[in-house]
Amino acid sequence: MKRRTLAQLAVMAVVASISSSAAFAQDVIKVGAVAPKTGPLAGGSEVSYWPNVHLWVSDVNGRGGLNVDGKKMMLELIEYDDQTNPAETIKAVQRLVDQDGAQIVLPPYSTGLNLAAAPIYARYGLPMVTSTTTTDQAAELSKKFPNVFITLGGAKPIAQGAVDVLTKMRDAGDLGNKIAMVNVADAFGIELAETAKPAFLAAGFEIVYESSYPLGTQDLSPVMRGAKAAKPDAFVAWSYPPDTFALTQLAQVEDLQVGAFFTAVATAFPAYGDLFGASVEGVLGVGGVDANSSVFQEYASRHLAVTGAKPDYWASAPVYASFQVLEKSIEAVGLDNAKIIDHIKNTSFDTVMGVLDYDDANNNPSFWTVGQWQGGVFKGVASTGREGAVPAIKKGAWK
Amino acid sequence: MDVLITGLLLGGTYALIAMGLNLQYGMARIMNLANGEMLVAGGFAAFWFWTGGSISPLLTIFIVAPIAFVLNWSIYKVFLQPLVKRAKSRGQLEVDSILTTFGLSFVSVGVMLALFGGNYFNYSYLSVPVIIFGDTYGANRVVAFLAAVAICGSLWLWLSFSRAGLSIRAISVAPDSARLVGIDVRRLSALAFALGGAVTATGGALISTFLTLDASTGVVFTLKALVIVIMGGVGEVRGTIAAAVLLGLLETFVATVIDPGLTLAAAYLLFIVVLLFRPQGLFGRRGQ
Repeated sequence: MKRRTLAQLAVMAVVASISSSAAFAQDVIKVGAVAPKTGPLAGGSEVSYWPNVHLWVSDVNGRGGLNVDGKKMMLELIEYDDQTNPAETIKAVQRLVDQDGAQIVLPPYSTGLNLAAAPIYARYGLPMVTSTTTTDQAAELSKKFPNVFITLGGAKPIAQGAVDVLTKMRDAGDLGNKIAMVNVADAFGIELAETAKPAFLAAGFEIVYESSYPLGTQDLSPVMRGAKAAKPDAFVAWSYPPDTFALTQLAQVEDLQVGAFFTAVATAFPAYGDLFGASVEGVLGVGGVDANSSVFQEYASRHLAVTGAKPDYWASAPVYASFQVLEKSIEAVGLDNAKIIDHIKNTSFDTVMGVLDYDDANNNPSFWTVGQWQGGVFKGVASTGREGAVPAIKKGAWK
Repeated sequence: MDVLITGLLLGGTYALIAMGLNLQYGMARIMNLANGEMLVAGGFAAFWFWTGGSISPLLTIFIVAPIAFVLNWSIYKVFLQPLVKRAKSRGQLEVDSILTTFGLSFVSVGVMLALFGGNYFNYSYLSVPVIIFGDTYGANRVVAFLAAVAICGSLWLWLSFSRAGLSIRAISVAPDSARLVGIDVRRLSALAFALGGAVTATGGALISTFLTLDASTGVVFTLKALVIVIMGGVGEVRGTIAAAVLLGLLETFVATVIDPGLTLAAAYLLFIVVLLFRPQGLFGRRGQ
């Protein structure tokens, strides 16, 4: 038994030395990435996060590497699965820095995992340009962790964006005053529903049906039926991917006829459009992109060519843009983390989502809040200062 | 009426989720924590056949079931039979099988990730309304319910009236004594386990027509199945059906009449009440 273990160790050592000597043959920077590949959030990170990591590494290496102090360095990617478990995220970051010798560590995925890992990034002094965190506490966060940057926006502007879009549609005569609003009983859904409710009431809407459902509910028929029975003019769901799909399917089965149909996370996924086909025309959701900009279109076609999948119409571009911010900062000031953070604070960057300029609270003030499926593309209809918004259209019949 | 039918349809879904585990835990005495992964694998297969070759999930199940049967048979022979052989008591077998299948569930998740990736997968199949007594229901749910009735019904008939079925029930009641009357315990336990796996994978293929799954969702279904099997009584087909339907009706009733947010609370309340008054489950026998 002992001998076999020794033999295995010997083999492993030989293999390791061969592979590492190959890596040392040229100038290489190790890039660490940690995000869910399993667990509840794996489905989302496989759409918005991992493809962008691979695309970015392939793009940079395709250009001959990262330009560090006048020297071209190739990127070598080290990936870890955190199983959607914050403790694993933290462990993986430690491992990346202490054992693997990663000099660049990309931010993790999702609001929760990013917030959980912020202290460990701060302790190592790593720049943490988050791209999948939605928070209204950017100011407090950056006071505590000056290395953290927020790109995707906050819950309040998103809720307000939805209210504004519906108000505009009502004033244009597309819909009446009655709203059915449901939410998933999870941090995201509860926060958005609680923010949106007073905003809807203040805008003069009447909430005729309101309910929440537990995460992972297997049958949402009672929810959809209850909403339909209240005869709303608009349906708003602060939902997660599985329920976004289920609610849309049920709306078609029950033939819910509303002037505006809004579902939250995953509405912007290409898979949503693929699944429901022509029916998605006019469906509103969180996110959006400047679909007509050539920068985005060029990014989208590269994303498809390299990863074999289309980017989503919300977080994908910000994820890639946050990597670009790191890339440009490193090329400008070298691999000194303190200098990189300083550079990010004081520079405005040209990225695939347009100009990205963090404010004094390390927050990106202009981001997309609401998008809508129009002609097979999920186009941005509301934002906090992004260019390229299109007017929202009335939801027609399900096809 | 509306609540009743929606509840029945949900109950059918739950029966599909739980019936396989009941066979594996109740009959083959293996507490299979990788049960949910088998269900997801069945769903993957249906998704793959539908998107790749436009083969209806209703036909896919005839491909999925035999493959799952063989796969589970092999899993039982390779990983679980050694545990059965060395186990001195039922308690020890339970602990050993929980540990082994817990590990297996991680392996299965990894294999599915490698094969299919971690994306959500879903497809649109029979997503059209059916009108029953003036209310509309999703056709895919109705079909899954009918399949659940057919599967559970034939299982019950088989276990109650066929010789192999009676032998399997004998094993579930008294595995040691069963050998004394000439029952090939090892072969029939493997059969029950493999059958359970096949039923679970079939259930997965059917519910993938209306649920969004991904490689990591298996554990959700394992938990639900466990609650239903324990509530109905371990090793009782009728108990599992009753518990599944009861849970479906209760959740729908609570969601419609009180609040959708309370369905989970109501489900676990029912679970606790059942365990308080009938610790052996609705149909379970005392002293097992």
